[in-house]
Amino acid sequence: MPVKVIIPTPLRPYAGKRDSAEFNAATVGEALSHLTTQYSDLRKHLFTDDGRLRSFVNVYVNDEDIRYLAKENTATKDGDTISIIPSIAGGCC
Amino acid sequence: MADETTLWISGQLAERIRAHGTEAYPHECCGALLGRDSAATDPNVMREVLALLPLVNRRDDSPRNRFSVTAEDVLDADRAAQKQGLEVIGWYHSHPDHPARPSQYDQDHAWPWYSYVIVSVENGSPQQMTSWRLNDDRHAFSPEGIEIRHSATV
Repeated sequence: MPVKVIIPTPLRPYAGKRDSAEFNAATVGEALSHLTTQYSDLRKHLFTDDGRLRSFVNVYVNDEDIRYLAKENTATKDGDTISIIPSIAGGCC
Repeated sequence: MADETTLWISGQLAERIRAHGTEAYPHECCGALLGRDSAATDPNVMREVLALLPLVNRRDDSPRNRFSVTAEDVLDADRAAQKQGLEVIGWYHSHPDHPARPSQYDQDHAWPWYSYVIVSVENGSPQQMTSWRLNDDRHAFSPEGIEIRHSATV
């Protein structure tokens, strides 16, 4: 059973309107790599030009924020759910 | 992104956004826009705000020129929308003593698809309200029309 990646609403137009996708992946980074290979238009919204996850992109494995685990090296196992959760930021100047 | 998008909102909800900007002044206010987007079912895409969820600005360190909505707040907003049969279609925030135009910081931190409503608040008084959507290439926002409506029609 592969890993399931939940795609948030604002990114679904770039992922064939799908709300999730499944991949065989041993780590979070591997799953996100598969996701952005399959749906290349997603890449610029998830990653900076130098390949780092954008600061407002939050990734959870099941209910755990990967920032408190091993970040993109966080291991995944069959049946895990990876959720991409937006945070929202801005400001006048 | 669709060209020439329009965001529909009732006069009452638009007034609540302005009032929130006044209450929070000189700090930035923020909140979620709950509503419906007909893109999946209607070629003439219509997007309407049907409820608001005012949120706490989490940027305690710089609330006069920044706002932040945490991932937990976003999940709460999603749940609040689902309870009402709606979805989160965007976010609003205020620009105290600055124009209702997205800043570079707004653009750098924006998500596509969402509507970003900005209300300028000058000396505590709400002024212009605008809406924007991030372009697919992330290089700019496009302005979105705001149409004041009396009822939900999406």
